[in-house]
Amino acid sequence: MTLRRTLPIWLALPLLVPIALVAAALLTPTPDIWAHLWATRLPAMLLNTVLLVAGVGAGTLLLGTGLAWLVSAYQFPGRSWFAWLLLLPLAMPGYVLAFIYMATFDFAGPVQTALRAWFGGPVWFPNIRSLGGAILVLTLVLYPYVYLLARTAFREQSASTLDVARAMGETRWRAFWRLVLPLARPALVAGATLAMLEAMTDFATVRFFNVPTLSEGVFRVWEGMMNREAATELAALLLLAALGIMLLERALRGQARYYQNQRPARRMAPVRLRGWRGGAATGACVAVLAVAFGLPLAQLLLWANQEVRRGNPGALDDVYMRYVLTTVSLAMVAAGLAIGLALALSQGTRLSRSRVSRLATRLATLGYAMPGAVIAAGVLLTLASADRALAQVAGATSGTATGLLLTGSVAGLLYAYVVRFMAVAYNSVEASLEKVTPSMAEAARCLGSSPARVLWRVHCPLMRGGLLAGGLLVFVDVMKELPATLLLRPFGMDGKRMEISDER
Amino acid sequence: MAHSQKPRTMLTLFALVCAVVLAGCAAPQAASPTAPAAPTAPAAPAASGQVVNVYSARHYGTMESVFQRFTADTGIEVRLSQGSVQSLLERLKAEGSQTPADVFFSIDAGGLALAAEEGLLQPVESATLVESIPANLRDAQNRWFGLTQRVRTIVYNPAKVQPSELSTYEALADPQWKDRLCMRPASHVYTQSLVASMIANLGPEQAATVVQGWAANNPQFIDSDTRILETIAAGGCDVGITNHYYLGRELAKSADFPVKVFWANQNERGVHVNISGMGVTAAARNKDNAVKLIEWMATEGQGGDAESLPGGNHEFPANASATPHEIIAGFGSYKPDPIAISEYGRLQADAVKLMETAGYR
Repeated sequence: MTLRRTLPIWLALPLLVPIALVAAALLTPTPDIWAHLWATRLPAMLLNTVLLVAGVGAGTLLLGTGLAWLVSAYQFPGRSWFAWLLLLPLAMPGYVLAFIYMATFDFAGPVQTALRAWFGGPVWFPNIRSLGGAILVLTLVLYPYVYLLARTAFREQSASTLDVARAMGETRWRAFWRLVLPLARPALVAGATLAMLEAMTDFATVRFFNVPTLSEGVFRVWEGMMNREAATELAALLLLAALGIMLLERALRGQARYYQNQRPARRMAPVRLRGWRGGAATGACVAVLAVAFGLPLAQLLLWANQEVRRGNPGALDDVYMRYVLTTVSLAMVAAGLAIGLALALSQGTRLSRSRVSRLATRLATLGYAMPGAVIAAGVLLTLASADRALAQVAGATSGTATGLLLTGSVAGLLYAYVVRFMAVAYNSVEASLEKVTPSMAEAARCLGSSPARVLWRVHCPLMRGGLLAGGLLVFVDVMKELPATLLLRPFGMDGKRMEISDER
Repeated sequence: MAHSQKPRTMLTLFALVCAVVLAGCAAPQAASPTAPAAPTAPAAPAASGQVVNVYSARHYGTMESVFQRFTADTGIEVRLSQGSVQSLLERLKAEGSQTPADVFFSIDAGGLALAAEEGLLQPVESATLVESIPANLRDAQNRWFGLTQRVRTIVYNPAKVQPSELSTYEALADPQWKDRLCMRPASHVYTQSLVASMIANLGPEQAATVVQGWAANNPQFIDSDTRILETIAAGGCDVGITNHYYLGRELAKSADFPVKVFWANQNERGVHVNISGMGVTAAARNKDNAVKLIEWMATEGQGGDAESLPGGNHEFPANASATPHEIIAGFGSYKPDPIAISEYGRLQADAVKLMETAGYR
């Protein structure tokens, strides 16, 4: 096999090793734990996981696509602001929103307290600590995945396509259903897949809301039974579920290929919404932003203010700012690495036309289906053996102790982040790449350009929107990630500190 | 397209960063009301160049000021890396003899016992420590030492419950408490340790009967001790089980917080006590400094004031000669369960399985 055919495999290999270490756990099962789990909680965990993932998938698809179409196709007061403001909930970690919703809507929270005062007695109220509560919270923080990719897809669609449909006598609404939506399908499915995988690996939100899922089970077995082997086996089960979701994604994307021949000469002109319709559109955006971002942020600021007034003004510390900068720069580097690698992988796979490289690339994105702490453990195992070997070599040759070069440094962290979030980068890059017709690249190759030059001069400019969107998603994800950080952090490099709960 | 989008994308990026940062600094306060937001600074750069590296499962909160005092007293800089007990154990195991950590600081006895069992900690010969820390709060081979005591006990709403109605953890399984309890879910180590102690004291069958009784009383499962207290105060349930210092925090915020503490099982084995404590890692490179840190924490750092470890978090000192914080001193004296604390770790997995079988969430 030529290098060109095997290149994606070599690129994917470092991502595959930690994932394979986790998957290998299935080969040496711990029967007594499985028997116990099957007899007790496993059926409920599986059911909860399926319902949660399905609920979040449907919710994000509905909310994300709807909002993206609203800001793409219509003109209403505040539209240009909402177009990017609606991304903000992505920055809200799920467990933070869960904590706030719990504190707001449970029995001791202000809403129920006010209702009891109003009616002078006990009032029925839906229990926020439930599967429904978890789906609500995760949908509100994860819909921007669908929104961002859908908006980019709508933006990259040419107005002439829509014009033709309108000229054929279709209503705008029918044109949306029959033309715009099918053309955007790869992006919508990619976004919903990310949201569903993220919902599947969430363990903090579901733990707050007492909804035992597979991910929550991983931590229960790991921390509670102190059995990392069995926990890793459960995590491997998550991998299988993720494979299922990804196969579903492939099936939903369909065999059809969607190419746009060039950059849209003219983007579709938004229709102005007048009167109450415009007000309703603005109101819908405001409402989503308020419940998913504005009110929670206000609550956080209120708490922070109370804290400062109680005499803990530590938040303004300049040391703290240094840690923030560390986190931001780490996230930027990780996003750059992930997007670069995703671009090389997707383009390499496309060129190699080999089934093995396609498979290797798909498997390399599975890290997204595992809780961060499990990946961190996989990376730790991968690097620690390399580290010890390095230390021994260094000790034998120069007689000096090098310490831990890989696990104790930023390299381990970045490695874990890239493994964890490759799916985010890859899905957005690939959704973008699918729209670049191969004939352009072939033309450039005929004119004597090298594949790398074609990638740089033809694909990159055409895919700029998708690359930026993907990089942004990885960036935010890294900022939100805490378990991987906790396990691989070097001394004095503490990232953004987040406590999951008040305990300990 | 890309040209018009770029500034907006950068703006979005900036806004997202701000949002995350804000969430980041505010969230811990929301979550842990007493924790100041100051990060783990290397307390004060020590002139001597002496350091001690600590893997800490304790959140920062009260610890900066304590370590700053230590550095001021000894000239030894304290460097922290923080994580959950389990992730720090994995890290110690994976790093083996190359670990940079000198001290492992755990928030429960189970983690310390497990670390000792895995050979990650080394015995320490120190007359100071043997003198300061009672035998039941440290390892038999002196591989770890308890530094603070946390009592997990019954709390109640005095408007709805008379203390005479309360007696033991086991009695909360009685049907009279149906729909009146607030409990911590089985996923939390505090619940796991409590049930482990019941397995050790009562045997697995009887412990299972008690846990089934709890579950049959249809408690509200709330994964936060603070929220359990607040729900009791709001009238959402009458009785709960929490660690004593969360009530201490609430009382520090408002002296008339309407929840009272009841020391459980006083007429028999005594109330359930856990510890937080430290051990010197097997591969410590700064062993002398590590021992100095633990000795200092067991003596100078045992005060009831906010500048000390137990006092700052309303915990009881491990050193019998130290005075506890005045708020928790007001809770009165208690008789602790004399069980060896390492049993919690040994029986933790059994406790988790028992609760899952008993249908306790």
